[in-house]
Amino acid sequence: MKRVNAVVVGAGAAGGIVAKELATAGLSVALLERGKWYTANDCRKDDLRNQRVTALGNAFGPEDEGNPRVLVDAKGVPHIVLASEGGYQNDAACVGGGTLSYGAQAWRYMPQDFRMRSTYGAPQGSSLEDWPISYDDLEPYYDKAEYQIGISGDYSGTPFKGPRKRDLPMPPLAPNREFEILWPAAKRLGLHPFHLPMARNTVPYNGRGPCMRCRWCCGFACEVDAKNGSQNTVIPVALATGNCDLRTECMVKEILTDDQGRARGVSYFDANGHLQEQLADIVVVSGCATESARLLLNSKSKLFPAGLGNRYDQVGRHLQGHHYTGAIGYFDFDTYDDVGPGASIAICDYNHGTPGLSGGGMLANEFIRLPIHMIDRLPENTPSWGPGHKKAMRDWHKRTIQVFGPTQQIPTATGRVTVDPAVKDKWGMPVVRLEGNVHPHTFDIGDVQAKRAEAWLKEAGAIHTSLATGRPETVSASQHQAGTCRMGNDPKGSVVNKFCQVHDVDNVFVIDGSVHVTNGGFNPALTIMAVAFYASDALVHNWKGTGFRS
Amino acid sequence: MQSKNKAVALTRRQFVAAGVLGGAALAVGCKSGNQGNWDFLSDGQARTLAAICDQIVPADEFPSASQAGVLTYIDRQLFRHYRRHRDVYREGLEHANELSRKRFAKDLAEATPAQQLEIVSALEKEERPFFDLVRRHTMEGYYGSPRHGGNRDAVSWRMLGLDEPPVRGRAQYDMRKGATS
Repeated sequence: MKRVNAVVVGAGAAGGIVAKELATAGLSVALLERGKWYTANDCRKDDLRNQRVTALGNAFGPEDEGNPRVLVDAKGVPHIVLASEGGYQNDAACVGGGTLSYGAQAWRYMPQDFRMRSTYGAPQGSSLEDWPISYDDLEPYYDKAEYQIGISGDYSGTPFKGPRKRDLPMPPLAPNREFEILWPAAKRLGLHPFHLPMARNTVPYNGRGPCMRCRWCCGFACEVDAKNGSQNTVIPVALATGNCDLRTECMVKEILTDDQGRARGVSYFDANGHLQEQLADIVVVSGCATESARLLLNSKSKLFPAGLGNRYDQVGRHLQGHHYTGAIGYFDFDTYDDVGPGASIAICDYNHGTPGLSGGGMLANEFIRLPIHMIDRLPENTPSWGPGHKKAMRDWHKRTIQVFGPTQQIPTATGRVTVDPAVKDKWGMPVVRLEGNVHPHTFDIGDVQAKRAEAWLKEAGAIHTSLATGRPETVSASQHQAGTCRMGNDPKGSVVNKFCQVHDVDNVFVIDGSVHVTNGGFNPALTIMAVAFYASDALVHNWKGTGFRS
Repeated sequence: MQSKNKAVALTRRQFVAAGVLGGAALAVGCKSGNQGNWDFLSDGQARTLAAICDQIVPADEFPSASQAGVLTYIDRQLFRHYRRHRDVYREGLEHANELSRKRFAKDLAEATPAQQLEIVSALEKEERPFFDLVRRHTMEGYYGSPRHGGNRDAVSWRMLGLDEPPVRGRAQYDMRKGATS
């Protein structure tokens, strides 16, 4: 393999952006992706095999076979979990990563989300901390992400947001029925509803057409390619420069280091299972919170016996995602209009500022449902099978609204990713081992959020409601996973500096959700993207490597 | 691997009529082979499983689980994605039949609907892992995509009032603006 300036590991939300930013700045880039490159033709609209319902497996990877993980339960007992099982905490493995099949909510975090410790103080036993960068540092890059990826929506209804220089590039979709029902109810409650931001074309943008509002959205590749991820925006731009070489089905084994402790590239298994080396001036790890941590931990050498960047045992700690809670409202009139993407209206009134609670989260109506989503979401006391269940499916499928939100998790140092001492994947590499949990105060916040969702639904006319709270006994990270390679100024309490550069090794960067110190009360994709633009900008600015290509 | 027991597409009325024939309905369109009609299940196991599935999603004005192809779904997946559940099915079905023979001196498939309900209720209490698996797979087969052999003719989606095939392309003409403040 020809030596390159930068090898980027993972072609997801962040990796795609880094590849594009470096390639357009003239660096030669090898972009390695463990999964395949799917297109709109792979939507398949399979209710049982997508990234949200994985009864028959993950549509966009990884496969069940050969990719186990180990989940340690609350009693300390380890279990082997398959990639399509909930405990695996999967994010898709393909070009585009999660952004190929996500619901595509594209949120900016709020200014307080970057200063959680200063705002609330750290609850005892938590590892709540401030980011070393602020909302203002990221604002220009949020803007860049919104325009380059393509975001629609309208924030004008809410005062609860960070300052922004201009509106989103695309207007929101026409309101669906749930929007029309929930809007006046929120206003009556004195709340501030608005059209939530989506990485989805609502008008022609970036050479592709608008959303056709079908039923198969969150969890599926978009049939008409109206959903915007790295696979249909930045990655094609990166390839068009001629400076970026995308290699799919390539699984990186480890980061190679020299005697001086600098990285000299990576070794990886190619699509045929052959071990290859890609030498590079810079290594960028963008594999998502679980897999980026695993790669660092698996990159052991004489100088880094506990894994690269892990001198102070920080890699893999503070694993977090979101604690999803909310309520289901049941109505005596039809609420369902079969118009996707479904999620349309949100409030940010409860993200911050509740006395006694260290945070909160956004609340929004859920994505459009498929019948299979409803089998366990019927009113309380509905039989779980038999004629009563079947009748309840008929009675309620079109007469419910679900309001949920991503409660911001309070991280702990013990909720973490390590590598398992015994279990290996199909390439013979130690697999991710997940243990611990987030701080219990997270669940107190989640309970309050669910009651708020219920109150909104009742005001909207729900005749029954059921609360969805729950106390997960293990960490719940999955698609929103973050935090395992914390960004910080202190090398003893973090893995990367504020430019996403590993403290110990100046030519290795971790750029993805791993660096999030806290994860906001929002879907994290746009923040992952903004951080990727921001870190790439710093990287290019400071680049004094082997020189630029002409 | 195309279904060996693919029934001809039936209307809803025919489905219900077929249901009256009970286990015999399973034989509609079946090709008899030396190893039976299924990829994984034996004919006997299939009859027992049909009795359980049809308690989980019984026939009313819409077809039951087995009438909608749920057995085809489960059988196919026991050959594919659910290979790891084969033992649970083997043992669970055997146990269900034993229970029926002990209480009613006949196989579950031959028992009356009331007796079948009693046995399935007992399984829910005493054989929870097996019951939960069958319940989940039955729901998947009944409410999931028709491509996997269940939800034949998208019957459950029609039951819920969903357009099938879905309407496409209307969205670009919807220019309504929602409230903004």
